[in-house]
Amino acid sequence: MQTATAEQPMRLDLAAIPIFLLIVFVAAIIEAARSPDPRMVFQAWTFMACVAATAIWYARTYADGIPAEERTGYANGVVKAGVIASMFWGIAGMLVGLIIALQLAFPDLFYFPDLPWTNFGRMRPLHTSAVIFAFGGNVLIATSFYVVQRTSRARLWGGSLAWFVFWGYNTFIVLAGTGYLLGVTQSREYAEPEWYADLWLTVVWVSYLLVFLGTIIKRKEPHIYVANWFYLAFIVTIAMLHVVNNLAMPVSLLETKSVSLFSGVQDALTQWWYGHNAVGFFLTAGFLGIMYYFIPKRADRPIYSYRLSIIHFWTLIFIYIWAGPHHLLYTALPEWAQTLGMTFSIILWMPSWGGMINGLMTLSGAWDKLRTDPVLRMIVVSVAFYGMATFEGPVMSVKTVNALSHYTNWTIGHVHSGALGWVGYVSFGAIYCLVPWLWKKKDLYSNALVEWHFWISTLGIVLYITSMWVAGIMQGLMWRAYNDYGFLEYSFVEVVQAMHPYYIIRAVGGALYLIGALIMAYNLWRTVRSDVPARDAIAGPSFAAEAAQ
Amino acid sequence: MSHAFFERNSLLLLIGILVVVAIGGMVEIAPLFWINGTIEKTSGMRPYTPLELEGRNIYVREGCYVCHSQMIRSLRDEVERYGHYSLAAESMYDHPFQWGSERTGPDLARVGGKYSDAWQRQHLDDPRSVVPESIMPPYKFLALTPLDYRDIEDQLRANRAVGVPYTDDDIKNAKQDLEAQANPNADGVDQMQKRYPKAQSRDFDGNPDQVTEADALIAYLQVLGTMVDFKTYHGNAPENRR
Repeated sequence: MQTATAEQPMRLDLAAIPIFLLIVFVAAIIEAARSPDPRMVFQAWTFMACVAATAIWYARTYADGIPAEERTGYANGVVKAGVIASMFWGIAGMLVGLIIALQLAFPDLFYFPDLPWTNFGRMRPLHTSAVIFAFGGNVLIATSFYVVQRTSRARLWGGSLAWFVFWGYNTFIVLAGTGYLLGVTQSREYAEPEWYADLWLTVVWVSYLLVFLGTIIKRKEPHIYVANWFYLAFIVTIAMLHVVNNLAMPVSLLETKSVSLFSGVQDALTQWWYGHNAVGFFLTAGFLGIMYYFIPKRADRPIYSYRLSIIHFWTLIFIYIWAGPHHLLYTALPEWAQTLGMTFSIILWMPSWGGMINGLMTLSGAWDKLRTDPVLRMIVVSVAFYGMATFEGPVMSVKTVNALSHYTNWTIGHVHSGALGWVGYVSFGAIYCLVPWLWKKKDLYSNALVEWHFWISTLGIVLYITSMWVAGIMQGLMWRAYNDYGFLEYSFVEVVQAMHPYYIIRAVGGALYLIGALIMAYNLWRTVRSDVPARDAIAGPSFAAEAAQ
Repeated sequence: MSHAFFERNSLLLLIGILVVVAIGGMVEIAPLFWINGTIEKTSGMRPYTPLELEGRNIYVREGCYVCHSQMIRSLRDEVERYGHYSLAAESMYDHPFQWGSERTGPDLARVGGKYSDAWQRQHLDDPRSVVPESIMPPYKFLALTPLDYRDIEDQLRANRAVGVPYTDDDIKNAKQDLEAQANPNADGVDQMQKRYPKAQSRDFDGNPDQVTEADALIAYLQVLGTMVDFKTYHGNAPENRR
């Protein structure tokens, strides 16, 4: 290991990032001092606290010059931080999900008339953003940083810029989450944060793209590995979607409120073009990057088909973008756009299953490992859930099916089979792999606890999605039921009443899933806390040669 | 052409991705801005009054859209349950749109005029006191919170900047119009109704002492779906076929 020498090269990032932090801190002070909007003042103080935490981290890390860790091997610190943040936000987000599920099941117990911020309408965006963007986002950033370094045989580009991405992204999460509870929202589903948080995220996201692309550019491998295609498509497309969908005019620079650039039907399609591709690129393409690295690695087998990877990649990203209008069937959206959306949604089944087959068949010759390695089993089951959800999706976007399923709990069930089964499990699997690798341990603390996690959460998923299927289909049928006299058979509230048992089963399913995640957190904590013997250094000889340069 | 072309050159891969993901959105979304008939020709649509606009802000703030849709689909049971299917024209001044995606609660696209102000107030205060089976959260704080409308002119201005036809006159008189709509005995009611035809002026929350958030939200709920004159709209007319 090298020691820090006296004449260190000037690092641009160590000048630029602190200066940038200072500028935004001053801007926040001005907002806090001048804004007549109490919500903006609260948000400005929250933001200042986050920026101050980032600045303190920078000061402590770089006070005595550039740490030796930054001159040798891969950047692992930022990946570790991302793993910890993922687990924290995952559990927080699932807990909020459980609370709002209980609110729908037992409104008299879980609503507090004197605490407006605990109402369902403000907590639901907190749940969705916490699990999608806080948990999922941190998993994606951490795994992409891990994978791109190994598959490029290069340290992350940009010095501490990756750390800025970590701190900046989590600052965005805190700003967004506290904002929802205050009632700060654009009311665009999965894009609720207001204009200033969106601007901040844009800066962070461009930094993320620079780190990722910069690392690929300086790679030592001639080819860019397939996982990185998916990560890159995820980063670039999310940037495009985020910017276009959040175009808005602030009421004033001192107010939280803004009005969207588009209105009505154009706005609706822009939002669902975004919304569906938040699923397609954030929750699918990004996590397929995880699949393409962690399955071959864990199973110790090459990817099933290189050719299928290429077809999977280009067809998936091309077709996904068109599927947005299936959220607006039979609405005031013009018929031609609805038909186009439905058609591409059905076609989308093919690339989705192509990817699933490529992932599952990678197990060829290693299927026996599913019996002995619960981590690999978790990842493989995630791909099976991916297959299920991506079959269900096209079915639900057929207009006649959608006439029944839209606006019902079936959609909630569909989303959760993808979110809990696919995104959740592939993330858990990757984190179970990463923790021993990063903290240099021989293995996890307990494989038995992984088994418990797996079976308890699987039971949770099954309860969740089956209850929502039954509830959703029942809801759709009751809304359209006619009696013998040709009148609608049920009033709306009778349908609400019929949902009660299913809301309870759903909450139980969610609770089991949360318990599984808590078991996981305990297992990981024991692993890190050195209850497991250490392993030798992991940097390979090829990289050591590079690091010595 | 070999795939190595993209696989070995990161910038080409980046450009390739951008081109491929840009196409779908451009083909589907862009034409909505210039194809005639995307928004139906109707009579009766007007921008929200300042009070309704503030009510809409509260609707957004409280996340009402996560449980209530404002989009009646062109299906028999929906039209019978909620009224005429929603037109694109009806949300042409909605920045952003409030079509929603779930019906944990009923659709609200045409809730305007269906219930009395007093029912709305009571229902917001304690939903289960009027609908025992309801699972809606209680919003009694709305009627206790004075409406914060210090920035109402800026709000109208921001809406005008994105295309809502508020006039200079509307903006100048926004505060006065807002107060007049919440107080039927105010002097400015006639002028307010001249600027916003058919706008209703009532003490929506039943509390004459102050303009509360409940006043604004109920004013908004009571105008939903009531603007378009369906006597003059013919869905089967060739210009309305889409």
